[in-house]
Amino acid sequence: MSKSERPNPLFRNLNAKVASIPMILTASVVFVGGTVWTVFYSFTNSKLLPRLNFAGLDQYYRLWVTPRWLISIENLLIYGAISLVFSLVIGFLLAALLDQKIRFEDTFRTIFLYPFALSFIVTGLVWQWLLNPDFGIQHVVRDLGWTSFNFDPLYNSSIVIYGISIAALWQGTGLIMCLMLAGLRGIDEDIWKAARVDGIPMWKTYLFIVIPMMRPVFITTLVIIASGIVKVYDLVVAQTSGGPGIASEVPAKYVYDYMFFAQNLGQGFAASTMMLLSVVIVVVPWAYLEFGGRKRG
Amino acid sequence: MADPAVPLPASAGAAEREASGPRGPKPRHVFSRRNIFLYGTLIVVAVYYLLPLYVMVVTSLKGMPEIRMGNIFSPPLEITFEPWVKAWATACTGLNCDGLSRGFWNSVRITVPSVLLSIAIASVNGYALANWRFKGADTFFVILIVGAFIPYQVMIYPIVIILREIGLYGSLSGLVIVHSIFGMPILTLLFRNYFASMPEELFRAARVDGAGFWGIFLRIMAPMSLPIFVVAIILQVTGIWNDFLFGVVYTRPDTYPMTVQLNNIVNSVQGVKEYNVNMAATILTGLVPLIVYFISGKLFVRGIAAGAVKG
Repeated sequence: MSKSERPNPLFRNLNAKVASIPMILTASVVFVGGTVWTVFYSFTNSKLLPRLNFAGLDQYYRLWVTPRWLISIENLLIYGAISLVFSLVIGFLLAALLDQKIRFEDTFRTIFLYPFALSFIVTGLVWQWLLNPDFGIQHVVRDLGWTSFNFDPLYNSSIVIYGISIAALWQGTGLIMCLMLAGLRGIDEDIWKAARVDGIPMWKTYLFIVIPMMRPVFITTLVIIASGIVKVYDLVVAQTSGGPGIASEVPAKYVYDYMFFAQNLGQGFAASTMMLLSVVIVVVPWAYLEFGGRKRG
Repeated sequence: MADPAVPLPASAGAAEREASGPRGPKPRHVFSRRNIFLYGTLIVVAVYYLLPLYVMVVTSLKGMPEIRMGNIFSPPLEITFEPWVKAWATACTGLNCDGLSRGFWNSVRITVPSVLLSIAIASVNGYALANWRFKGADTFFVILIVGAFIPYQVMIYPIVIILREIGLYGSLSGLVIVHSIFGMPILTLLFRNYFASMPEELFRAARVDGAGFWGIFLRIMAPMSLPIFVVAIILQVTGIWNDFLFGVVYTRPDTYPMTVQLNNIVNSVQGVKEYNVNMAATILTGLVPLIVYFISGKLFVRGIAAGAVKG
């Protein structure tokens, strides 16, 4: 709705202001206040309780020499790259397949999307079971006669993060497919007709005409996937609890463990500030374009 | 839906198009090569997506000896519901041995008020933002939206302190507040966009008739917004039910929601692993969101699209 034409004195719209108090409190106290508080205390050497003993960049220095944090970052990068690439590719391909005016479209869409309704804990536990080397896929394939078959991603520290990614993709590709499908449906039918008249093969039409037209959908999807990647926590807890050893640790888990188990709050705050930083770099430009600039007009 | 049968605006245009178009109505060969490829791929992918669900169900219906002997894909030779009973009523998490039932009721007592509270707040927020714009409101709204992307880890500890100060740490009410707070950004966005898309004349007319802030909301806006309320309910029920992080941070063992309890049952280190009980427990926990998903069907799709993209 366009901006109200009448100039408002301060006491006008009092009801609206009163009704917005929860929002104002949440935005300023929890979101801004909480974030600033955490960043502020990340420069202290708080242990069991938050204390105001400033230690400068000490926590950050310790963070970046801790092997567990470095592994967390490395895992996050691998997991992130896999999630981004594969969810976009698989999501788009599934959406393109469903967009071929097929029969039973609703059934297929339902099947691809249902994992998204499940929690990461449930997803993680199911895949823990499927990837269990003694009973799961490895066992089944070995029973078929291929006795040297090895597939135990959750128990092999060099590939454990890929095992977690499999579950993440199973859970999340349905959502991406849905968004892509909505995007494809927004493409004017005439584009397809024109491309067909010109004799452009279908894959070329997708690659050079349709995908560029779907740019906004891709950007939204990208932001959703990216912000999900940074938050990944439940899935790892359910599948491996960070193991074997510390091979599948992720930053979100590092933060939680240092705050609530290791009772080293300063480390937790510093680590969460690093998470914040990575998200700010991705999200703020997008949010500004999406909500900031346009609405002010 | 990009339906090919959409009538073209002008009949002249339609005729012209038909004359120049290279093909008429598509010939329907059921077993064309394209169709075999298309459906073949879709069916293979569908099997992949369904397999975990199948394995869960099958495993939960087997006895432990059968699990140790057979493979995870084989159907149970002897169907037993014992694992389900055990998962629900007697499985142990820490000190409590009353199964998932405790977590289930905790989750219910968390989800219901959280959903009601967050939707009540967010719908009023969205309404105030869309129809009663006041100075500064936009700023808070932008903070809220950006806040939705900030990793929760950054805000977890300050909230622990706040909850402790007001004496709600570890209680179900504390978690309800947390869910209402974190549900606010996306829901407010949803409602704001919905209310903004409603005809402005409606709002103006009501004002002329002397209706105030709450009058317009309760008598005109809310009753006309049933679809978006349903979408919001679906989003929140599945989201809050599936939450793990907040549950694990802000509750204590006797107030654990179902997801936390499930993880503790399955990933407990002591004792023999009872895979059938674990899978039954997993299904039980996934059941509520799955039911919501299957019942709401297209609305669920709309819900995630609305929550993910713009309403």
